[in-house]
Amino acid sequence: MKVFLLALALCSSLFVQAKVAPNTSADPALEARMMLIAEELRCLVCQNETIAASHADLAIDLKNQIRIKLTQGQSQKQILDFMVERYGDFVLYRPPLKTTTVLLWLGPFTLLAIAAMMLVLNVRRRRRSVQPAALSDAEVTKARELLANPPQN
Amino acid sequence: MNSTTFKRFLPLGIFIVLVGFLAVGLTLNPREVPSPLINKPLPQFKLAILSEPDKTIAAQDMLGKVWLLNVWASWCVACRVEHPVLVELAKTNQVPIYGLNYKDKSPAATAWLANFGNPYAQSLIDADGLVGIDLGVYGVPETFVVDKQGVIRYKQIGPVTPEALRDTILPLVKKLSAS
Repeated sequence: MKVFLLALALCSSLFVQAKVAPNTSADPALEARMMLIAEELRCLVCQNETIAASHADLAIDLKNQIRIKLTQGQSQKQILDFMVERYGDFVLYRPPLKTTTVLLWLGPFTLLAIAAMMLVLNVRRRRRSVQPAALSDAEVTKARELLANPPQN
Repeated sequence: MNSTTFKRFLPLGIFIVLVGFLAVGLTLNPREVPSPLINKPLPQFKLAILSEPDKTIAAQDMLGKVWLLNVWASWCVACRVEHPVLVELAKTNQVPIYGLNYKDKSPAATAWLANFGNPYAQSLIDADGLVGIDLGVYGVPETFVVDKQGVIRYKQIGPVTPEALRDTILPLVKKLSAS
């Protein structure tokens, strides 16, 4: 029964694929350029997927938009700008560096620098405070004795 | 505070700050992406009217009044949730609601309105979703508040709740109508 259901599920996913297929263009070069741009764009319906990977309705529509714009001769930058104008910077998988995103871009490096600084300071302080202790006279005599007559087991 | 007590409590302090950030993060809704269209003019459109498909409405026809643009579809489950709120709002005549019937089939849309009530002054047909893309629509229902100059002043993502209406949308409509 389980096997049957699994087979059914696999078959139905084939049908889903088939439904999407008519949207793909016949020109493989165009398709490759479209996918390259779609990889840069976040699908806002399923936020952790690119438009290239997503099968959401909106992602399919946007892929079509990219195809149309490419055939109209628009550049990748023009197409990405078109998306940002409508959906905001969030649509880009690589957000641009600007005042509102400075923390996002530089935050991790700042934290890393602070951590490295703390590590260096700590190691230095420890080196200073843990001086090798000098031996007292009694300890030196005892050590000499031990070296001269090692204890027999 | 001497330096040993400071050192002892430093990890706890960092932990509390982190918990603070995470707590705020939990209250945010990741689906509410701020729209870049706020305070920008409504994109140009010219769309057929659902009830009279041979007539059209264009963006510039709407200048001079404050109105709501509600993006809806008969296949949209969350639209069912907000629909009674819109029907009630329409009865009060405070602000005209125009529908954008997004990626829908007109017979299904008409039947849906007949079933659940029609709060819309008009619904516009956006069958291929192109105006939806121009509006940056990604999660139906969405509602835009448009001012007299045709500028988008607010966008509600997801169903319009009675709270959102009372606390945000209607005060804004009142303010925009007065200006």
